[in-house]
Amino acid sequence: MVIAAADQAARALGLCAGMPLAHAQAMVPDLAVLDATPAEDAEALARLAAWCLRLSPLTAPDAPDGVWIDVTGCAHLHGGERPMLTLLARQLARHRLAGRMAIADTPGAAHAMARFGSKPIAVVEPGGQAEALAPLPVEALRLDAQTVDGLRRLGLERVGQLAEAARGPLARRFGDIPLTRLDQATGRAREPIRPVLPPETIMVRRTFVEPIATAEAFTGVILTLVGEACAQLEQRGEGARRLDLVFERVDATIQVVRIGTARPVRDVRHLARLLDERIETVDPGLGVEAMRLVLPSVEPLAYTQRSGDLAPDATQAADLSELIDRLVNRLGADKVYRLQPVESDIPERSQQAVPALALMAKGAPGPPVCAWPRPARLLDPPEPVDAMAMMPDHPPRAFTWRRVRHRIARADGPERIHGEWWDRPDEVAAVRDYWIVENQHGRRFWLFRQGDGVDPATGELAWFLHGLF
Amino acid sequence: MQSDTIMALRSRIAALEHGGGRVSARAALPFGLDAIDRHLPGGGMALGAVHEVAGGGPEVEHGGAAALFVAGLLARHPGPVLWILGRHDLFPAGLLQAGLDPGRLVLVQARRDALAAMEEGLRHPDLAGVVCEVEGRLDLVASRRLQLAAEASDVLGIVLRRSRRFDDPALVAPSGAWSRWRITGLPSPPPLAHAPEVAGVGRPVWHLELLRCRGAESATWTVEGCDAQGRLALAPVLADRPAAETAWRRAG
Repeated sequence: MVIAAADQAARALGLCAGMPLAHAQAMVPDLAVLDATPAEDAEALARLAAWCLRLSPLTAPDAPDGVWIDVTGCAHLHGGERPMLTLLARQLARHRLAGRMAIADTPGAAHAMARFGSKPIAVVEPGGQAEALAPLPVEALRLDAQTVDGLRRLGLERVGQLAEAARGPLARRFGDIPLTRLDQATGRAREPIRPVLPPETIMVRRTFVEPIATAEAFTGVILTLVGEACAQLEQRGEGARRLDLVFERVDATIQVVRIGTARPVRDVRHLARLLDERIETVDPGLGVEAMRLVLPSVEPLAYTQRSGDLAPDATQAADLSELIDRLVNRLGADKVYRLQPVESDIPERSQQAVPALALMAKGAPGPPVCAWPRPARLLDPPEPVDAMAMMPDHPPRAFTWRRVRHRIARADGPERIHGEWWDRPDEVAAVRDYWIVENQHGRRFWLFRQGDGVDPATGELAWFLHGLF
Repeated sequence: MQSDTIMALRSRIAALEHGGGRVSARAALPFGLDAIDRHLPGGGMALGAVHEVAGGGPEVEHGGAAALFVAGLLARHPGPVLWILGRHDLFPAGLLQAGLDPGRLVLVQARRDALAAMEEGLRHPDLAGVVCEVEGRLDLVASRRLQLAAEASDVLGIVLRRSRRFDDPALVAPSGAWSRWRITGLPSPPPLAHAPEVAGVGRPVWHLELLRCRGAESATWTVEGCDAQGRLALAPVLADRPAAETAWRRAG
């Protein structure tokens, strides 16, 4: 009997997969051993692959220990490729799973980087797979042990060496497997992923007699697909939160458009419009022979009573979700936001951006009205200025900002703001003295000085411009 | 009598501009100041139109007073507001003091897509207003397109023009906007006669210029900045005779 898999604690003790069980038990007498259950593992892996559909419409289990995720066109919904992986790692950790992950142009390169790369989270730059793979051992190319052994005997230990070796003799000796794997990893050969879908997922598909490639044709098909999907949603009393439109091209590759909505939607017009706006990001290549619309994420959506003209309901909040959906899908989720006041005296910490629809339901609480005038624009970070002032509590006579000298005609202050020592120990003595000043031309500025002008511990007396009225 | 004739002519021109579609008078958001409202066609800032607002002189870069002016306008026009900016430098506490509750704001950060986002917003009739901060050029076609979008939905559209240059020729280039405003800070009135040593900062005084407006001549006013309800006030003529001083003398 041999060890099929070892957890982190076991690996720390020097045990690894493939080791005879007797040997391992000799090393660690009180070893906990469980029978391997490959069928259950495969089932769990399929479940994990289905769980990963939250990231992308195309995921597939990769037995025995991996999951493929095709993230083409999906990364922007999660703030980019690296943030997406960090998020995935965090979500996995919540399920008590540890994982290594990588994104690359090709499945082969991502497979190699995830298993043999030096970092647990790796993102290979577009086109950088040959370079990234070069230092990895040849095992990284998904080769069987015999081939790896043979390659090593020839002195080909690294992928880079294999890539430089003459292809003819290699193919004669090892067959075309190593070179195919190398080409798949570097992107010279294509490798499709066979995706999984949970059975209850709504999916509608249209195949075409002739390949289509024009935006008008896509628009027409989108309307049909969305109409069918919405009819199914209506039967189930649900609305879509995420839609994936997969374009199957004649060259057996796919293009994916993924959109998200702020709340469940089954409005055909709205959904079709969101998809239409992303058509321009699709490269139809030589033509698209089939399109399918997948709804990986749906939520219950009840019917709502619309008040008629005879009984206008003034309290009903304006529904901005359609507008916000369109802006989010065009610009990215982090570019559309609302401001939430934060309880802080430090001006730059007194606001926080939150996703645009988060506050729609309960209505945003307003910030407390400040007794002192506050500027309309806040410079973040504050810009240093050269100022002349009498210590400790006189406003500056003049200051120079961006090489322009401003003579001060009017001033109000100081308004003292203390550091938040209860949150940040290094601000225990910090003090800012704010002044509203007006220059000779009537332009108003918000200046502050670090320190109270008496005790050097409170700040080094530098002046900053923090805002403009 | 004469004003009736002018009104009739104006409504005919408006009808022609809309291809004979709507003849009804365009709704407007009054300033609450007779001097300004009487000057503007419709009695205020026209709704369903795009207005350009910019700071004057060096203030064109940040447009602090311009932003407060816009906040004051929207404060008096209830509903959610879409505010599109290239770089987030708005300070909500300042807007609140001009009467605009930051809870009404939906902010969008966009540079290249700013005008497209604005058009998207202008087509949404549930919004009270759309503010778009545009740095540099705004060409005739784009502004005309925005104006058309606004006309269809009756949303108040405001393009807040900003520029790194003080005298950017792009800011005076023609555009399809309904009106063009420029707001510049003026020096505060001299200190009170009875307390000359207290040179404090009071309510701001703005030089409000209407540079161009459909159906009205350009004009300038000297106003005091927005109060907590977003209202402007006409400033007393300060150049030669501060109001406070005369009051003091009369009292004495």
